[in-house]
Amino acid sequence: MSTPTVISVESLGKLYKINHQANRQPYVALRDVIADKVKRIFQPRPAKGKSSSQEDFWALKDVSFEIKQGEVFGIIGRNGAGKSTLLKVLSRITEPSQGRVRIKGRVASLLEVGTGFHAELTGRENIFLNGAILGMSRAEIRSKFDEIVSFAQVEKFLDTPVKHYSSGMYVRLAFAVASHLEPEILVIDEVLAVGDAQFQTKCLGKMEDVAKSKGRTVLFVSHNIPAVRALCTHAILLANGRLIDEGETSRIVESYMDQDSAAADSTWQRLPQEKNPPVYFQSVEATVSGKQPRMTLTLRVELRCESSSCPKAFVSVDLCDVLGVAICQAIPVGSPFMEFREGCYNALIEIDLPPLIPGRYTADLWIGSHYYETIDSVKNTVAITIDESPVPDRTYPHSKDHGSLVPASRCELTRTPS
Amino acid sequence: MTANLPYSETPISDADFDLTLEAGRDDKHYWLDLWRYRELFIILAMRDISVRYKQTVIGIGWALIQPVLNMIIMTIIFGKVAGLHSEGKAPYAIMVFVAMLPWMFFSSALTTSSQSMVTNAPLISKVFFPRMIIPASSVMTCFVDFLISFVLLLLLMAGFRFAPGWNFFAIPLLVLLTFLAALGPGLFITALNVKYRDFRFVIPFLVQFGLYITPVGFSSSVIREKWGEKLFLVYSLNPMVGVIDAFRWAVLGNSSPVDLASFIISLSVIALMLYVGVSYFRRTERGFADII
Repeated sequence: MSTPTVISVESLGKLYKINHQANRQPYVALRDVIADKVKRIFQPRPAKGKSSSQEDFWALKDVSFEIKQGEVFGIIGRNGAGKSTLLKVLSRITEPSQGRVRIKGRVASLLEVGTGFHAELTGRENIFLNGAILGMSRAEIRSKFDEIVSFAQVEKFLDTPVKHYSSGMYVRLAFAVASHLEPEILVIDEVLAVGDAQFQTKCLGKMEDVAKSKGRTVLFVSHNIPAVRALCTHAILLANGRLIDEGETSRIVESYMDQDSAAADSTWQRLPQEKNPPVYFQSVEATVSGKQPRMTLTLRVELRCESSSCPKAFVSVDLCDVLGVAICQAIPVGSPFMEFREGCYNALIEIDLPPLIPGRYTADLWIGSHYYETIDSVKNTVAITIDESPVPDRTYPHSKDHGSLVPASRCELTRTPS
Repeated sequence: MTANLPYSETPISDADFDLTLEAGRDDKHYWLDLWRYRELFIILAMRDISVRYKQTVIGIGWALIQPVLNMIIMTIIFGKVAGLHSEGKAPYAIMVFVAMLPWMFFSSALTTSSQSMVTNAPLISKVFFPRMIIPASSVMTCFVDFLISFVLLLLLMAGFRFAPGWNFFAIPLLVLLTFLAALGPGLFITALNVKYRDFRFVIPFLVQFGLYITPVGFSSSVIREKWGEKLFLVYSLNPMVGVIDAFRWAVLGNSSPVDLASFIISLSVIALMLYVGVSYFRRTERGFADII
């Protein structure tokens, strides 16, 4: 007999309307709505459909997959790929705009550690409160109470309001409650990114336990690729709200890594846009020279200015790893504040690279005024590949598990006379 | 065999699943879900109650001071200065206090429930539960305040040596009625408040205004005598007119009779507002997490 499907997602889509006005809150003031309506009376037909300040944004589009009972299912993708939106739809927090989701069994979602914790309440009260919010019954919490307390190591402070807890204790207590949830389907978002390393390991172990021995279905979103690889049997890869790939975890993780290398190259061109900022990056070209650990990255940047009044500006360059996480930022000196008039400009930026581990790195470019206001910001522009190890004659390290930088270091061994 | 197909070989039907999520789909198990989450309701209510008077000096005293001071002022202004008459033989102070209880319960329930969604925004954007639990449980703190001042009413009645009749046992039902009267507009306004934050300014105004057009400091019979029967029925469109008259009947006895027509009008307004509130809330609650 085949294992039953517990979650079936069919051409799921989630649409958000985005307001382009600066500092706009998601909620609206009634005043503005009335003002808008009045305006509309006087301008018979503005641009067709919606007002110009609104734009449709599909956080998810045409996503379909199935999850079988007992699977530990990973969802990976870069920031903004739609992972969190997917979890929010699956855990019923928000409604889909298209398609449908069918679920069999009780779902508990853990999108945040310590949801609903109240600072004024004691640890004991918060265990019951948080447990109830996560969907546990009081009888269930009572039967697991001692286990939760000892997992969190907060025995002595049970009757202290949590506002007096250290942040470590707070997180431990919150995770302890969450990890004792026993729903049929558990949905988890990035929550392992909290607490110290020792506690993280403990949490991972607990999750593995839940998933493997108890036959529950777990959905797991994380940037922590080693954790995804260790825990998940199946995974999907999302990019820009679409499902790119689905299958065994190891293959999906690879395809995730490739996706990034394919996305960028040593030259970058700005895509034509409806409206450009007063000063913007038009193209970037990267070359790397020198040998590890003293390499230089040269960026030839073409800038354009289409406005007569521009503030003085300066640029910065973020170097990011394959996951899109910034490793370091360069703020080139020379002419720190540049003045622009209408026209084209070329900037030559030279960056002495820090000792990076082998891999692929991308550059995010930013230009802003001396008041730190962003004028233009482009992400994921050019990519460079570093093949050599920064430590001469050593191939190690290759893995990001120990960071991306290898500082120059020395070691001298002497024997102590005994 | 089609073993390597990613999807199951047999087509799956809706019956294999417990829950289907689709745009604009009505939840079949809405009320059942609400019942399933009753423990959360209790725990959230307990949280609000136990947090309410933390870090205050006189604590629960706040639940006593407000109605007592209001009663004294209204007794002086309406009873002594304006010289209005009481209901039957009841002392003016008791007549005011009897109305003060449901009115304070109503107004504080309306205020807290309409703010509740916004104050609990972190919960709404992170976990699923029937959203109606939040406004409903926030009203429980007001209910506790009501109980405290109810004890005060008993003491006051003992002080004036005023014994109630059998009508007194109708009070639990009337409390429920007050709760429903507040819940309708409370749900409506809290749903609106999620989208339009203007409504947090509307409520204090509404409550203040309501105190003057509701027979709290005076007897509704004063209105009837001055305006006549027809206009009194119009006055009964204010749902609290019926509720307060019924409370006075329950405590002061048959010397303060309830006008049946007026009570029915108030009752229908309560039912209508409850219907509008619940249906508007249900229509909008699925989008709360996106805009809160």
